[in-house]
This record gives sequence, C-alpha cells and structure tokens, in this order.
Amino acid sequence: MPVNETFSTYSDWTYGAAVAVYVLAMVFSLAELAFGRRAKAPARELVGAGAPVEESTGESTEAPAEDEPPSRGGRAERFGRMAISLIVLGALLHLSALLLRGIATERVPWGNMYEFGATLSLAAVITWLVLLRRFPIRRLSVWLLLPVIVLMFLGGLVLYTTAAPVQPALQSYWLAIHVFAIALGSGMVLVPGVVSVLYLVKTYRPQWATKLPDAQVLDQVAYRTTVFAFPIYTAGVIFGAIWAESAWGRFWGWDPKETVAFVAWIVYAAYLHSRATAGWRGGRAAVINIVGFAAMIFNLFFINLVVAGLHSYANG
Amino acid sequence: MTALLRNTWRGLTSMRTALVLLFLLALAALPGALLPQRSLNAGKVDEFIAGNGWWGRLLDRMEFFNVYGSVWFSAVYLLLFVSLVGCLTPRTFEYLTSLRAKPVLTPRNLARLPHHESGETDRDPDEVMTAARQRLKGWRLEVREEDDGARSVSAERGYLRETGNLIFHFAMLGLIVALALGKMFNYEGQVVVLANGSEFCNSGTFAYDTFTPGLRVDGTDLDEFCLKVDDFTAHYLPSGAADYYRADLRYQAGEDLTSNTWRDYPLEVNHPLRVEGDRVYLLGNGYAPVFSVTFPNGEKRTGTTQWRTVDNLTNLAEGATKFDPPGVRDPGERRKKQLAVTGLFAPTAVAHNGALTSGYPDLNDPAVAINVLRGDLGNESGRGQSIYTIDQSMVESGRLKQVAEANLRPGQELTLDDGTVIHFDGVQRWVYLQVSHDPAQVWVLGFAIALVLGLVTSLVVKRRRLWVRATPARTDDPDGRTVVLLGGLARTDQAGYGEEFRRFAEELLAELAPDGGDDDPVHLDVTAGRKT
Repeated sequence: MPVNETFSTYSDWTYGAAVAVYVLAMVFSLAELAFGRRAKAPARELVGAGAPVEESTGESTEAPAEDEPPSRGGRAERFGRMAISLIVLGALLHLSALLLRGIATERVPWGNMYEFGATLSLAAVITWLVLLRRFPIRRLSVWLLLPVIVLMFLGGLVLYTTAAPVQPALQSYWLAIHVFAIALGSGMVLVPGVVSVLYLVKTYRPQWATKLPDAQVLDQVAYRTTVFAFPIYTAGVIFGAIWAESAWGRFWGWDPKETVAFVAWIVYAAYLHSRATAGWRGGRAAVINIVGFAAMIFNLFFINLVVAGLHSYANG
Repeated sequence: MTALLRNTWRGLTSMRTALVLLFLLALAALPGALLPQRSLNAGKVDEFIAGNGWWGRLLDRMEFFNVYGSVWFSAVYLLLFVSLVGCLTPRTFEYLTSLRAKPVLTPRNLARLPHHESGETDRDPDEVMTAARQRLKGWRLEVREEDDGARSVSAERGYLRETGNLIFHFAMLGLIVALALGKMFNYEGQVVVLANGSEFCNSGTFAYDTFTPGLRVDGTDLDEFCLKVDDFTAHYLPSGAADYYRADLRYQAGEDLTSNTWRDYPLEVNHPLRVEGDRVYLLGNGYAPVFSVTFPNGEKRTGTTQWRTVDNLTNLAEGATKFDPPGVRDPGERRKKQLAVTGLFAPTAVAHNGALTSGYPDLNDPAVAINVLRGDLGNESGRGQSIYTIDQSMVESGRLKQVAEANLRPGQELTLDDGTVIHFDGVQRWVYLQVSHDPAQVWVLGFAIALVLGLVTSLVVKRRRLWVRATPARTDDPDGRTVVLLGGLARTDQAGYGEEFRRFAEELLAELAPDGGDDDPVHLDVTAGRKT
C-alpha cells in the first residue's frame, strides 16, 4: 500500500512548526502573567447571593484585565491576545499536520501512538480555545500549553512512527470512530485535570496563586468540561467494546487497556457523584478529577509501553 | 435490631458509601491490568509465580491472578449493585410522584431569587398571565390567584434530566445483569484448521483445541454448524508487516446440514462469520510443512501437522510431525520405530551463521531445517503431550534417538540409515479460529446504548423554574400600572440559565409594554447580585 512520502514529510514539518508556535505562545502567555496585575475582586462579586453557583459563569466572561489601568493592563492585555492568536495559529498547523498524515497514509490519522498523541493534544487545545470564549481564563493558557507541549515533544521524539498503513486488526471503520472518540475525550479531560490542580493551589496556597482567577471559576471550568467529555469518553469505550466484539471475539476481556479505561471511567463517575455530595465538592472533587486524569495518562503511556496487551499498537 | 438493619441499609445506600465503593471498585480492578491473569495468559501466570516464590504463591492464593472472578472483586461490585438499587428505588417513587405534581408555589419575594427582573404594564394581571402562558409553551404550568387580585404563574421544565439520570442508572443495572447472564450461558472455543479443505464441526468440546464454557454450559448441545477452510490468503508489506488476511470458508448450519448445502464466506479480521447464534473469528494463521515418509517396506505415509509460529515478524515456525510405522502390530515393536520430524520452518529461507532462519513472513522461498528422531514418542506413556514438540524425557531416557538432520527445500528428500525416505513435499497454511457464543451480548449492547442516551440527557437537560407575578395597581391610584415581577431558579449545577431567563423576561416585558417598547420596560436588571 502506497504512502505518499511528500505529504508525510510536510506533515512532520507542520507538526514541528505547531510545537514551535505553541512554545512561542507560552512565552507570550508568561509575559502576560508577568506584566498583568493580580486578579481583582470582580470575580468574587459574581458568585454569592447564596444561590447555586451556576450563574457565576455565563455572565462573567470579561477578563479581569479589562478592569485594570490601561498603562500596565494594556501591555499584559496585548501579550495575552497575542498568545491566543499564536495558539490559534499553532492549532491550525497542528490540524494540518494531522490532515497531511491522513492524506499520506490514506486512512484516519490516529492509527498509532504518535498520531493518537497528536490528535489528543489537538483536542485539548481546541477545547481550551472554546472555553476561552466563555470563561475569564486566558491567563491560565501557559498551564494548558505546558502539558500539551510535553506531550507533543514526547510524541515527536520518542513515539514517532513513520507514516504507514495499519495492520489488519485495525482496518475497520471503528478505527475512525472508537479511537477518535477516545482521543477527543482524553484530550478534553486534560483541561479539567490541569485546572483542578490550579484549583487546589488557589484554594490551599492562595499566596502562590494571586494571579489565578477565582476558585469558583476554576471549579466551573473543570466541571463543565468534564461533563462534556464524560459522555464522549463513555461512548468511546462502548464503541471499543463493539469493535472488540468483531475483531477479537468478545466485547470485553479485561485486557489491560480495557481495565484501566474502566478504572478511569469509574473515577470520573465518582467525580460527578462527588459534586452532588455534601463534603466532597470543592477540594476533594478536584483531587478526584486529577486522579481521573492521572489514570488516563497512565493508560496512555504505562499500559501501552510497559504492559503488553492487545492494544499494543505503539510500534505501528 | 430493626434500627441496626435500617441504619445499615441507610449507610449502604448513601451517596458517600457509593463513592467509597466506586473507588474500591476502581482500585480492585487495577491489579488485573498490572499482574498477569489466568484468563488471558495462564503461561505468564505460572512464570510469574515461579519467578516470585512465596510472594507469587501468596498473590495466587488471594486470587490476584483471577481478579475479575475473585471473591473480593465480586464483593465490591455486589455491594455497589445493592447500593445502587437502594438509591434508585426511593428515587423512582419520588420521580413518579413528581410526574403528577404541580409546580411549587410562587415565592413571596421573587427579588431574592438568583435571577429576577421586573417591569410595569398597563394590562391587567389576567392579561399578563395569558401572555406569560403563551410564552411558556413546553413548561409545566400552574396559575394561581393570590391576595389583592394578584396572579402568579409557576413554571418548571427539565424533568427529562431526572428521567435520563434514572435511565442511565437502570441501564447500568441491566448491563450488569446481562453480563452475569452472559457468563452463565456463553462458551468460547479455539481450534486450528488446515486451509486445505479441512472440516470443523461445532458438535462438541472434543472438536476444539481449547474450550472455555460458561458456568451453566457443559459442552453438550452446542449450536450445530460445520465449516471447511478451503484457502488462506495473506498479504504483507515490504517491511514484513501484515496487511491483509482472508480465509475462504464454506459453512453449513440449520437446514443446510440436512440438505448438505455449503455456503461460501470470506472470513477476514474484523468480519466474523455469524451463524446460528455463534460467531467464528479468524484469530491467527501459520504454516504446516508436509512430509511424506516412505518406509523400508514400501508403504508411504504423508503427515501435515501445524507448526507454531515463533517469530511474528518473519513467521519462522517450529514443530514436530510424528509418524507411526505402518504394518507393525506389536506395540513394543512399534515403540521402537516411531518417527518424529522436528525442527524449524522458514517461509523465506535465510542462512544466519549457517543456521536456518526466516527473512520475510510470506512464502517466497520455504525451507525446513529438520532433526529426525526414531524410537518411542511416548504417546502411550499416559502423559499429554504438545503437538508442537517431542517428549524430551523420551530423549533423555534414550528411548528416542536422533538419527539424521538436514536442511530441505520442497521436493528434496533425506534417506535414513534403514532406508526410510523422508520427502519434504511442500507447505500448507493453517488458520486459528475462535468460536464464540454469548446469547446475552445483544442485551449488553442495548443497555449500553440506553446508558449513553440517559447519560447525555441527564447532563444536557437543565431542570429550572420560572415564576411570573402580576400585581394590579392600587385602586386609589389612577395612574397606577400593573407591576410584573419575574423570578428564576436553576435547580441543577448547570450554567447558562441566566441567559435564557433574561431573554424570556425581556421579551415578555417588551410585549407587555404600552407602545411596543420604545422606552425600556426593564427597570431593574439584576442577575446574581450584579447590576448592569
């Protein structure tokens, strides 16, 4: 089966360019943090009223920076906007890297671990860009970009696989459906994973986190992203079961990958339940969310690379 | 005693307990991913136990190599199951009651709600109510008369949220039950079939190489069907990676068995044959070298035995093809003259330091490197033996001796000291098939779909309340106008209601405004304590 080498080379170049642009975006985002003032009280006014916290979000989209004096806030503001523009540019390059891979191999561009990591991190970046329109969290971009860049570096240097067709077991339309749903779900939960860490810092070490938005905002971002990602991930696991039924002879066989996917699902289910339980929302919920994300990462790296199983497609 | 039972039940069904049980389940499932499991690879388990001494034996005794069938794993999920039932039962009754319930009374002070707006109009309260009701299509409504001629409407919608939530949880229960039923009545068997027209019939466990029955399956009364494997095709990339596998089958089931009709099916990976409630999968393949032995008395025997692949990249295979001498009646005599052709088979022969190895998985240049042994194969020793190897203890005891070795290409032959000729005829392919039977899996799928639909509904739909109160102007005030107050409350942890509420309030107040709203009827736009 032919692999178009020109396209696959272009794909590698755009992948590298995307990483470079993300790094630059991170620098600008850091500059915004450095020049920006501390987050002021406005975020705090938005909540309260003794009501359910939900209405603190839809209406509170203005970035705190806008309330600041133009001289310094202006500069931070400019850096922040440039960071966002760069993230958008990086995402476009990132997307074209995937598209070019798909064209080169004439299949969906998530057939091995390198490609899966690239799809997952693009899902995380796009999720972030969507969230930016609804929540005043632009300053946190640096914390989102950090894991994305690490993932892409690992992907490009350690897990890189030459563009090639996939083995017979992977030649199914379920590759497009199951793996995409899992990559999307995993990419989306990267955001609440990161934001929950920030929530804990903001709540328990506020002196380190003067420039972070209000804890309530962080909690809302984490919750609403998880709520969106959870059904996608659930569907992804079920698609995987349907595929396993036609490829391996059983829909569920406690393969290591399946097991840890199940464990992560349980942890996220616990997260959703914890929010409805007095004494568990807030800090404990954030910890559960982080544990869930850790399970996803564990499943991606440890299970694929260390534990052998039916899902060992790391080498192509 | 009753109190103790009641408290235990309450404790077990509380959300906190459910949370702890969820964590226990996640924790209990984890060792299954990290330790080898009997159900997946029994050989690895034995290796692990042997390699870890008392520690491995302890883990074995505590069922760590059979996590998902262990007492402790079962205990956690059974407790979770009970907790779920205990949580769902009262919620279902509550839900059924709420289906008929009227929306709650309008709060006295609407301005205290998280969402509220107000305006004035020249219309009277009844007209306000009519206008509000028209805009509240799809909401559950209750208009009430209040003191002083005021009217109010309570509206609520988003009941689907709880519906979805209950569907999700009941689907989960159903899924667990269906899984359990599957474990009762399923079976799974694996068999190697030569791709030379050989036949396999699902007539009993004896037909299989390995067979795993469900708890209520004794191996009799399997779904009757037969299949023949006529051919096997494999395609490989230049790198040696497999690209395509296909086994050409003929099968018969049901009435075809009596009429002896055969139907063709190209069996590929990802495309199992589904027949008579069973599924047939193509799980693997390999080579079976064909040897013809011409014995000194002139009789000829041909043996075709599958050899097992030892290297998945190059399909190098090893095995043992065994022969009984023909025409020897005396068992003692026979045990001196049995033959075994053992060694390596390479589909694409490459000499590596003089030894045969394979350079490519496809049949480009097949060759064998064989050892021929003669003597007692140990078939009658009472011990089971692998078809891929000879019984080494027979070699060690000197009852089975190597008599020749050679590298052969198809068509070449080797003559032993007693005149026996071993001819390498060529090679055939074999396929490794799995037959699976699980009558409950379609139920599992159904419940899984219901689970996702319920989940999405319960996370997307917002349960929310809205009230409109119209208070007439005081009779002693000729210029007085009707005061309209609106309040809103989202009952769930979901953002976005503020937007919907504000739009509703603005549109309603605009409609009620005296002259189409050229002055802003909204006097106060207070949302969540913030003035805009």
